[in-house]
Amino acid sequence: MKDLGRIGFSEDQATLLDVATDFCQRRSPVATVRRLMEAEAGHDAAVWAELGELGWLGVAIPEAYGGSGLGLAEVVPLVEQMGRRLMAGPFVSTTLAAQALIAGGTEDQKREALPRIAAGEPATLALAELDTDWEPDAITCTATRQADRRLALSGGKVLVTDAAEARRIIASVRIDGEPALVLLTPEDLPAGALRRETVIDETRRSFALTLDGIVLDPDRRLDPDRTAAALEHIHLAANLLAAADMVGGTQACIDYTLDYLRTRTQFGKVIGSYQALKHPIVDAYTRYEQARSHLYSAAHCFNEQGTGEIAVRMAKASADVAYSFAADRAIQFHGGFGFTWDCDAQLYRRRAIWHAAQFGDAAFHRKKLARLLF
Amino acid sequence: MSTVDPKDLADFSEQADAWFAENVARDPGFMLPLTFMEVGTDTQFNFLRDWQNKVWEAGYLGAAWPKAYGGGGLPQAFQNAATRAMRKRQGPIMLNAIGLNWAGPLLLEMGTETQKRAHLKGILSAEDIWCQGFSEPGHGSDLGSAQTRAVRDGDHFVVNGSKIWTTLGRYAKYMILLARTDPSTERKYDGLSFFLMPMKAPGVETVPIRKLTGEHGFTQTFFTDAKAPADGLVGPEGGGWKVAMRTLEYERGARGGQAGGYVSVGANAFDVFELAQRTKRAGQPVLEDPLVADEMVGFLMEIQALTLNGQRTQVPELIADRPQGIPLASKLMGTEMSRRLNDFAVRLTGVRGAYYVDEPEAADNGLWARNYLNAFSATIGGGTSQIQANIVGEHVLGLPKS
Repeated sequence: MKDLGRIGFSEDQATLLDVATDFCQRRSPVATVRRLMEAEAGHDAAVWAELGELGWLGVAIPEAYGGSGLGLAEVVPLVEQMGRRLMAGPFVSTTLAAQALIAGGTEDQKREALPRIAAGEPATLALAELDTDWEPDAITCTATRQADRRLALSGGKVLVTDAAEARRIIASVRIDGEPALVLLTPEDLPAGALRRETVIDETRRSFALTLDGIVLDPDRRLDPDRTAAALEHIHLAANLLAAADMVGGTQACIDYTLDYLRTRTQFGKVIGSYQALKHPIVDAYTRYEQARSHLYSAAHCFNEQGTGEIAVRMAKASADVAYSFAADRAIQFHGGFGFTWDCDAQLYRRRAIWHAAQFGDAAFHRKKLARLLF
Repeated sequence: MSTVDPKDLADFSEQADAWFAENVARDPGFMLPLTFMEVGTDTQFNFLRDWQNKVWEAGYLGAAWPKAYGGGGLPQAFQNAATRAMRKRQGPIMLNAIGLNWAGPLLLEMGTETQKRAHLKGILSAEDIWCQGFSEPGHGSDLGSAQTRAVRDGDHFVVNGSKIWTTLGRYAKYMILLARTDPSTERKYDGLSFFLMPMKAPGVETVPIRKLTGEHGFTQTFFTDAKAPADGLVGPEGGGWKVAMRTLEYERGARGGQAGGYVSVGANAFDVFELAQRTKRAGQPVLEDPLVADEMVGFLMEIQALTLNGQRTQVPELIADRPQGIPLASKLMGTEMSRRLNDFAVRLTGVRGAYYVDEPEAADNGLWARNYLNAFSATIGGGTSQIQANIVGEHVLGLPKS
């Protein structure tokens, strides 16, 4: 049997977990989450500025490029606590775009972009396309070399999170049939290239991006020799951070439901005393603990060849099942109130569905695991 | 406890590994029990008793128990290393499970000096086999309602009643016994006391019970005016409930201090994985069926999660929200997983799934069906899964009592 991973926890992780637990609880109470859902920007600029000051945007950026030189293992506790508080904002989009540049960017691109990202300039990825699967190389968009050697883009990307404020967008395309990554800036986009999508998780700001009409200088292409590795790295990093967000959300969703089960009375009894409710919430809880263990194993082993991929896929698959089950039962166990907008259970359920639809759901990752393990 | 010198520990691990490599019997010539609840024949019993004694004499059992009581007086890390070596070399189980895992650590914590000196060494050496008398025919999960009576008569108590599911009852020299010393208390729990009961005393009779597997793994024990010495009380008279609850914490692995080794080798997803890898159906490896493969992946994820859960309890920051959560839920998670996993294994064997132990054409001599049926001993014994779910719901998640 292959090495499936193990738990390890660094002092930096412990410190960041501690700080993030407190920060996210204070800065993202659910009333704020709901207010920001209704606002166009979708998040609080002051909080974003604070994240920059705390150094969170540079946690996984090398020191040479203005970051603190830690790894994604240290980003995990931050995102877990953000997910727990349903916190909005372009933190994950920006972190993943930075990872794309670290894994696949040219030296010039890294020198230009990474310090600015670490200092607070939002960025994002444009990878997903409709009617494909979640394989990183499932790309139909193209970039065609023109006579002047510039690259003319074509096709459509979807689920481009935080694109309206991103200062940099890393998009996947095909050049001469081979996968490639290119770096876009807002100035490259023709008017109307971005269309805000209506997405199930209303804490998100997500956009469809039409690439038609965009023409880039050749130096906007990321390092062609590292495209495949970069796409794989982004795919795993995205799933790791999604798992972190989901595990945090699962915990909060269970706590939210427990509050109700401990206080709501029906037929003269507190409903949490009924085993028909008690046993499924215990089931949700044990799945949560398993998902969290997978998460911190994936964080610890992320950079290990082979084991990292296994651990990340297990973490995402496990988190998907745990979050979906906990949030589904949360709606049901709140009874009539659970069917209303005002009950927070729906926020968690929507967020879980959002994550399952991106970078692979549980079934997708289990299928990949079968290939890795058997 | 002294600090651990990494070099000493590494040397000890290496010696333990070499010892187990040399001393584990490859094929004793008969089917070895996979858990301490399956010891059905004298041949099995004698083999496992000798094996445990040999491991103890070599210093690889009870290594972290005090020297004065037969232990090795070493830090826990040394026993953990010995247990790892035992597992790696696939040593047979430790026989005296109730003594090693729950009566022993209980006595270390709450026993009198005389009790410790009288019993702990015999537990480690397997000279004294121990059994447990908690459940009664009418009271399984509801231990607090135990009716077996113990009436004081000078320096002993006179015991009458019956206990059931007594694993190793036929072989045991002592029983940890929960009996009612006062039937008139307002709270039923306050009338219970906890005894170290000699099983060879006149008036103690054991009758074998045939399990669903077809074997005789345990007994019902009958007490007719049997004498329990008063100096065998653990805790005060009337204080037995608390002692019994602490015993269950040891039994369920929610509290450490066990002598080491392992007492069952059933629940291993990797063994089932190995079965899946070598099983073919219509000439094709069964793992090429995507539905089978998906189920196998699910089990590997689950057993990996349980392993990781154990590692995570060593990181205080990662269990800070509910420190008792994983320990109290581990029995529920582990035993239910094992039951489902063995059911999966039976299904993997396809047509041969219809066979049972001793059929020459059965896959692995019917091991998987037997494992599956035996798996219920763990989802029912020591508090059913449903009781475990109540415990987690109430003590970890703060829900009101059912």
